[in-house]
Amino acid sequence: MRTRTIAALLSLLGMGIGQFYNRQWMKGLLLLLVECGCLIALPAWKKGIRMLIHLGEQPSRLVDGQFMPGDHSIFMMVQGLLTAFGLLLMALLYAWNVRDAFLFGRLRESGVRVPSFRESLKRLGEEGYPFLLMSPAFMITLLFTMLPIAFGVLVAFTNYAGPNHLPPRHLVDWVGFQTFKDLLTLGSWSGTFVSVGLWTIVWAVLATGSTFFFGLFVAVVVQHPAVRFKKLWRTIFIVPYAVPGFVSILIMRNLFNGSFGPLNQYLQFFGLPAMEWLSDPMLAKFTVLLVNLWLAFPYFMFMMTGVMSGISKDLYEAAEVDGAGRPRQFVSITLPMVLLSTAPLLIMNFAFNFTNFNLIYLLTEGNPVNNALKFAGETDILLSWIFKLTLEQNQFNLASAVSILVFIVIASFSIVQFRFTRAQKERDLVQ
Amino acid sequence: MKSRRRESKAVTALLYLFLIMLSVICLFPVQWIVMASLNTGNALYSSSLVPEQLTLSHYRYLFDHTDYVLWFWNTFKIACMNMGASLVVVTAAAYAVSRFRFTGREIVLTTLMVLQMFPSFMAMISVYILLLQAGLLDTHLGLVLVYVAGGSPIGIWIVKGYMDGIPKSLEETARIDGASHTTVFVRVIAPLCVPILSFVALTSFIAPWMDFILPRLLLRSSEKKTLAIGLFEMVMDKSQMQFTTFAAGAVLLAIPITLLFFFLQRYVIDGLTAGASKG
Repeated sequence: MRTRTIAALLSLLGMGIGQFYNRQWMKGLLLLLVECGCLIALPAWKKGIRMLIHLGEQPSRLVDGQFMPGDHSIFMMVQGLLTAFGLLLMALLYAWNVRDAFLFGRLRESGVRVPSFRESLKRLGEEGYPFLLMSPAFMITLLFTMLPIAFGVLVAFTNYAGPNHLPPRHLVDWVGFQTFKDLLTLGSWSGTFVSVGLWTIVWAVLATGSTFFFGLFVAVVVQHPAVRFKKLWRTIFIVPYAVPGFVSILIMRNLFNGSFGPLNQYLQFFGLPAMEWLSDPMLAKFTVLLVNLWLAFPYFMFMMTGVMSGISKDLYEAAEVDGAGRPRQFVSITLPMVLLSTAPLLIMNFAFNFTNFNLIYLLTEGNPVNNALKFAGETDILLSWIFKLTLEQNQFNLASAVSILVFIVIASFSIVQFRFTRAQKERDLVQ
Repeated sequence: MKSRRRESKAVTALLYLFLIMLSVICLFPVQWIVMASLNTGNALYSSSLVPEQLTLSHYRYLFDHTDYVLWFWNTFKIACMNMGASLVVVTAAAYAVSRFRFTGREIVLTTLMVLQMFPSFMAMISVYILLLQAGLLDTHLGLVLVYVAGGSPIGIWIVKGYMDGIPKSLEETARIDGASHTTVFVRVIAPLCVPILSFVALTSFIAPWMDFILPRLLLRSSEKKTLAIGLFEMVMDKSQMQFTTFAAGAVLLAIPITLLFFFLQRYVIDGLTAGASKG
């Protein structure tokens, strides 16, 4: 058998043994120590994984009038998940250990002296440098983003919901795809999901489209040769964007207030009827869109201005020579150029609006109430519904299921956007 | 020719009319809240645009009878911690993915891209439980960690996009002269990245002032509250007395942030475009 195979097989047998065979004593010792540590902790690993499987066996109960705390399913799930992540890391280390033994075995076959531990360390410093740089970002996203996401996904497959399955008083169990089935087929849930989902899509399309085209319109107006003080106008129009968003939204909430908001007072002053800006179902949707337009058009205006000032003047001159008027120039030159370079922004903005929780919740809290919907109001989007389901109604499993579906939508959008920018980049290279 | 000139005059008038109306719409809410904070009495509405009498009593009330100063200090602390931590985490990782070719680089980039689309409070129950288990619930540190984790993926993408635009020849020269990676980064790359790093610093500093959901979920005791929660609770309070106090608080918060924005406008706009167009 060749050296490389023997080394790899030995390393497969136990971490570090292949390295000993390769005469890399220090490295082998370190790996062996890690393996021993893991073996000593074996009962703990086993316990963690078992927790993840059964999610607690003993609910809290009263024994002779005394309260006995039982298993807390959700804490067990988190512990189990951490164990699983740890095992995954160990498996990766193990695979690396086998590969390492194999590679150095091959090196020895070709008669090269294996590097000493110090040399290895130095090489590790060189090659591992990018990994060292990424390690803080990796650790923090692993713990506070990926782990919660994994946990959230798992919750969707349990019956973790009030009032009958809330730890620590009750246990939580795995239920497979039951939650998704309920969400899509159970009358009241599916009705709410469909109507809130539809409004979310309508909202995201209209919110993105209105800000996009209005921003374009304003940019074109300011760019018009007859308009002077361009810089002044732009500075005024960026005010809504510069003021902290949540402050503006709270201001708007009072401005549009049906009973004591100034807007209605002005309307009445001019002899017009007061409007139910935030409490009429249709009008509330309109108001939400209007406020969003106010908040977000400056962003697109600035983007468009940037793009338009980048378009070469030659194009317009050539068009003029060909006898194209200003409208024609706009449709054939400005519009395609602007659309092309802002399309990725458009997709990103759509995804942002799809999950624009702050605007909806701070402005209307999802109200006005609609009794046909379960725990949702007329202006609730999926994300604010999720918020209500978790924080107000304890429907954790349903909220997680909806989150997963929302995530699928968002992720597919980001992939489309990624493809788009990449395609654009490649075209730039060709030109 | 004459009719054409008259027509263009009409167009110009229309354009100006539109611009003036839009300016009024853009500025009115701001003017209204400033006036409400200075107006005597506690009414939401005053018939004249500029009240006859101005008073600072709402501001005085804010300082004497609410925890505004404490909230401000809390938020400032969180914002500084978030800015420092985000800068370190984001810059280091962006430098790695922009300048080194290592195994798994593509996977890292794709993961970051998918994560950036994930609003961090979508996994809020689990964040809550994790912090509870780690003993970090109701601490500012816990909140900052969640912010950094939530903000890094997009930040890394943006900074990486910017770094990709810096020619490699500069650092190669320095490397040949024997400088280590760290020296090259500190001496050559970082100075060139000042605009984009200011953008990251600015956005991560501002985020905690704006955010509402996470502190509401993670901070329980009233002495840990941030400004956003304090102000929101003032608005939710139905009495009108609280509204004018809110107006004063909102103005005090909005002024520094708005000025900061105008001051660093160029960086903000550049940063937004960089994030969008470079992949």
